[in-house]
Amino acid sequence: MTAAVSARTATARPDAPRAAEPDPAHDAGRGRPATTILVTGVLVVVAIYFLVPVYWVVVAATKTTDDLFGTNGFWFGDTFALFDNIGAVLTYDGGIFVRWLGNSVLYAGVGAVLATYLAAAGGYALAKYAFRGRNLIFGLVLGGVLVPGTATALPLFLLFSQLGLANTYASVLVPSLVSPFGFFLCRIYADSTVDQSLIEAARIDGAGELRIFHTIGLRIMTPALVTVLLFQIVGIWNNYFLPLVMLSDQDLYPITLGLNNWNSQTDRLPEFYELTTGGVLLSVIPLAVAMIVLQRFWRGGLTEGAVKA
Amino acid sequence: MTQTPQTTPTSTEGTGRATSGRVPTRRAVVNRAPWILVSPFLILFLLTFVLPIVVAIGQSFTTVTRAGLFGEEGVTSRFAWFENYRLVLADGNFVDSIWRMLLFGIVQVPVMIVAATLLALLLESASARWPGVFRATYFMPYGIPGVIATILWSFLYVPGLSPIIDVSEALFGYTPDFLGAGTVLWSIANIVTWTYTGYNMLIIVAQLKAIPSELYEAARVDGAGPWRTAVSIQLPLIRPALVLTTVFSIIGTLQLFAEPQLLQTVSPAIDSQYTPNLSAYTTAFAYNDYNLAAAQSVLIALVAFVLSFAFLKLTNRSSR
Repeated sequence: MTAAVSARTATARPDAPRAAEPDPAHDAGRGRPATTILVTGVLVVVAIYFLVPVYWVVVAATKTTDDLFGTNGFWFGDTFALFDNIGAVLTYDGGIFVRWLGNSVLYAGVGAVLATYLAAAGGYALAKYAFRGRNLIFGLVLGGVLVPGTATALPLFLLFSQLGLANTYASVLVPSLVSPFGFFLCRIYADSTVDQSLIEAARIDGAGELRIFHTIGLRIMTPALVTVLLFQIVGIWNNYFLPLVMLSDQDLYPITLGLNNWNSQTDRLPEFYELTTGGVLLSVIPLAVAMIVLQRFWRGGLTEGAVKA
Repeated sequence: MTQTPQTTPTSTEGTGRATSGRVPTRRAVVNRAPWILVSPFLILFLLTFVLPIVVAIGQSFTTVTRAGLFGEEGVTSRFAWFENYRLVLADGNFVDSIWRMLLFGIVQVPVMIVAATLLALLLESASARWPGVFRATYFMPYGIPGVIATILWSFLYVPGLSPIIDVSEALFGYTPDFLGAGTVLWSIANIVTWTYTGYNMLIIVAQLKAIPSELYEAARVDGAGPWRTAVSIQLPLIRPALVLTTVFSIIGTLQLFAEPQLLQTVSPAIDSQYTPNLSAYTTAFAYNDYNLAAAQSVLIALVAFVLSFAFLKLTNRSSR
């Protein structure tokens, strides 16, 4: 049972991506195939649990409504209607699905990039300058991390309706620009990585304060910024309550609201099953691929936040 | 902002050049810079976090009376002390929904955190094959919005559509009811667990990777097996990650909304006050009583805050 420990010491670089992966030579040397088979078996069973719903929708998207109810859900039906279904999804109601997808990309893309920039500037300012009110701002934002997002959504709607902003792109975009967690992470990261002497050197060279932030600060903070950006993209993309409260115009819907709209019509109009399964498949695939590709970027910055929080 | 003596590194440059004559402008620039950098964030934060909370608290203490049948004779609002809170707490359904979420949290949060910890430890043990592939697979559901995850699982819950029910009937002759009054809460718990286990696991893995390898070496020298290493070294050292993920899970539990709202269409057991948030949403948009809804929102935030704070206090004390 010492295999676990020896593999670690064999690759003594705890931060390297491969650090914790087993060293095959050591495993073979220890000769514990039974443990390996057992552990891997458990991991496979868990993986099946996580994959079943996605597998089901891949199969379901290839079926007609008749097959959906008439054939086994875990295997393909008699007819292969995938392309008909996808075509129906893309063309229904003048291509509204594509518009929802575009809206989601707009909200998540623009919102996350701006939110990351604002959090970086604020976190950097708090870490690198001493000014009156600094602790008050930090305490206020830290409280914001613990406030449930849905608690502010209702009052925000009342506020935005009075400003005439409800049911506009801005009503979803503006709240998405603020990430207290990102601000918090950026401050911690800037504190420990952006060297004060580097800033002093740049000042002596005559660089302005904003220029120092943009050329030195942002560059050094990049690993944390990637983490904040990814968090914010997922957060905005997955948000449901805020757009639900704010938007009544279907043309402004993000994909989550749009698919919910289709799904809620299935019990009256069964043809919406084909649209919903096809739409879910189209929206899940890019996200699943993105998560699998991006999961390694999640690591570095998260440790910063988790260890020091 | 007056020119106050500064005590931090930023002031060294200014005082160092105190005789050069450029000091006032330079120091003014250094004093102004943090405000230029922080104000865009701060203004938006005040607008989208602080102001709504202030408005909500204000509204929760206000009662609006409409004169005439449809309010055509004028609307008056007055300060109502704790009247709205009294009404909310007298509403058995709302209080029940909070208890329901506590029951949900007491079961679901530990199950999820324990599962995430076990998976992280297994993936980081040398006995696991292809840890990268498994890690990515477990993390994948985090990218799927709660709404879409619920649509996915609802297809697996609905009789007639669900292959799980078909398989269970064929193999065991038993028809599971995922959407009944006694079971639907745990069907929701399953969706939440499915979505967030991998995400919590990744936070724990990140912290496991930060443990210095010398500690493992020392444990090995002392003759500790993997079980002993996990209990004596890994678990104590990933404590901050466990506390962090638990606090975020507690806050998340009290916010539960999308899953029950969507399952409402297929499960008659879910009413419009099934969760606190669903209650607040119904009060605001079905009954148009924003003051009562504000009181409900404030209470939800308060309960979340108290629970996270209590949990943090508890873990702080036991660590001493």
